[in-house]
Amino acid sequence: MTRDDAFLQFLLRMGDNTLVLGHRVSEWCGHAPVLEEDIALANTALDLIGQTQMWLALAGEVQGDGKSADDLAFLRDAWDFRNALLVEVPNGDFGRTLMRQFLFDSWHKLMLERLKGSSDERVAAIAEKAVKEVTYHVERSRDTVIGLGDGTEESHARMQEALDYLWPYVGELFASDAVDAEMVAAGIAPDPASLRADYDAILTEVMAEATLSIPKSGFAHKGGRDGRMHTEHLGHLLTSMQWLQRAYPGARW
Amino acid sequence: MYAQMIKTASDGIKSRDEMSDEERTFQDKIDADIKIEPKDWMPEDYRRTLIRQIGQHAHSEVVGQLPEGNWITRAPTLERKAILLAKVQDEAGHGLYLYSAAETLGVSRDELVEMLLSGKMKYSSIFNYPTLNWADIGAVGWLVDGAAIINQVALQRTSYGPYSRAMIRICKEESFHARQGYHAIMAMAFGTPEQKKMAQDAVNRLWFPALMMFGPSDKDSVHSEQSMAWKIKIKTNDELRQQFVDQTVPQILYLGLDLPDPNIQWNEERGHYDFSDPDWSEFFNVIKGNGPCNTDRLAARRKAWDDGQWVRDGLLAHSRKKAAARMAAE
Ligand SMILES: [Fe+2]
Ligand SMILES: [Fe+2]
Ligand SMILES: [Fe+2]
Repeated sequence: MTRDDAFLQFLLRMGDNTLVLGHRVSEWCGHAPVLEEDIALANTALDLIGQTQMWLALAGEVQGDGKSADDLAFLRDAWDFRNALLVEVPNGDFGRTLMRQFLFDSWHKLMLERLKGSSDERVAAIAEKAVKEVTYHVERSRDTVIGLGDGTEESHARMQEALDYLWPYVGELFASDAVDAEMVAAGIAPDPASLRADYDAILTEVMAEATLSIPKSGFAHKGGRDGRMHTEHLGHLLTSMQWLQRAYPGARW
Repeated sequence: MYAQMIKTASDGIKSRDEMSDEERTFQDKIDADIKIEPKDWMPEDYRRTLIRQIGQHAHSEVVGQLPEGNWITRAPTLERKAILLAKVQDEAGHGLYLYSAAETLGVSRDELVEMLLSGKMKYSSIFNYPTLNWADIGAVGWLVDGAAIINQVALQRTSYGPYSRAMIRICKEESFHARQGYHAIMAMAFGTPEQKKMAQDAVNRLWFPALMMFGPSDKDSVHSEQSMAWKIKIKTNDELRQQFVDQTVPQILYLGLDLPDPNIQWNEERGHYDFSDPDWSEFFNVIKGNGPCNTDRLAARRKAWDDGQWVRDGLLAHSRKKAAARMAAE
């Protein structure tokens, strides 16, 4: 694997995470529990799609064959996607959506903070811009997880169920492989494993305030970041997301 | 418009002689273009009419998320998806401003939502039509928001202060909505033959429903007179509709699309385009609940509200616990 190969993989991992999660969040449009949440969810999705445009445009540049961010988003099949499995699982109820958001946002913020110091200034610039948005995302998802965890009996039970369901998808965010080793060597990105201690500290504090218990199991589903085995859900998501581009090849929109 | 067929509580306008002193002072203020503010005295009918109108307008912003949301997950490019998200986010924000304006009249947002969900209050008939192809999203921005703007620009001068200020704020965002819609449909009208077909299909289907947004024709609009006198309404339905047609026909021609109505023709004498009336029996049917999407739209809003009950309860319970803990600590 050349350094550029690894760099491309890294950029797809970042951009596919925000693309797929942005898509999932946008599915809520008009269906949220309260108008303020409709606004907040649309805003989060919008930020994530904006970040996708930056990551995938850079990925296209690094790949060097003239592909645009749109080509990458709309014309790759599932096996070429490099997002973590966590972001592709279905929304479930509002509790699961916000729990997933918090689990992702917390990782995302730690990652972007480190990427601000990337040796690649294009990466550093994207991180600089994105981290401002993500700081707001995590504040909001954190407050909601705490509010619903420590709310009524029902909301507590639903949030615990959400955490239990999502927990096996968390570990993949911190799995390191050869791509990561190459990125560390180049000073482009941190080793994901090195973010784990800070992440666990945040989670311990927030879940305590939310009166939720973090599952004991350390088991982690993997296969998204390397594309080896996505969930069944991704194909359905791509079916709607890519429909127009696939049905009318070459059209400009 | 977003508020159609608003009933005023009484019929007929009182003459000055028939008015009480309070009513006369009130009407004088309106005639002098002095805004009515929440704490000012106002006739009960004025208050109720405004609640209906602003409430219906707010509901329209909220239900209006659904036909556009229908395409967010299928937007063809990242840019289009981002633009549509930004627009729909604005519409939800408009809903918020308008509910707040209605609340100054002594009705809560929850009460208004309850009336929407029980079918006691309406939202604009336009949102009971489906969005069937991607060009519909362009057409909604261009035609539906375009029609809304015509009405809302006029309403910036409405007599009730909080409503007028909400309209001023909303109008600032609306021009972006209409522009993005026109650009989206332009890309298609000038695109592949299939795309042009989608654009034509969207214009054909949405033209008459857009005309209906302005409400029934003046001769059948029974409640307009009092609303005009109170400056809750600024222009008549037919005036606004004509303005919309005059502004939109040249845009359709520029796109190279066929006109959706064979009777559209420039009338030199009037200085306006002539056009066919929409099918008013269809309009009244949609208002009655028989539009293509009424049942689904309302069901979607009810489901969102019902499914969200535990969330609202949970967050409320938490904030009460926190408040209690703060009290105990003091
Ligand atoms: Fe934002
Ligand atoms: Fe609006
Ligand atoms: Fe709008």
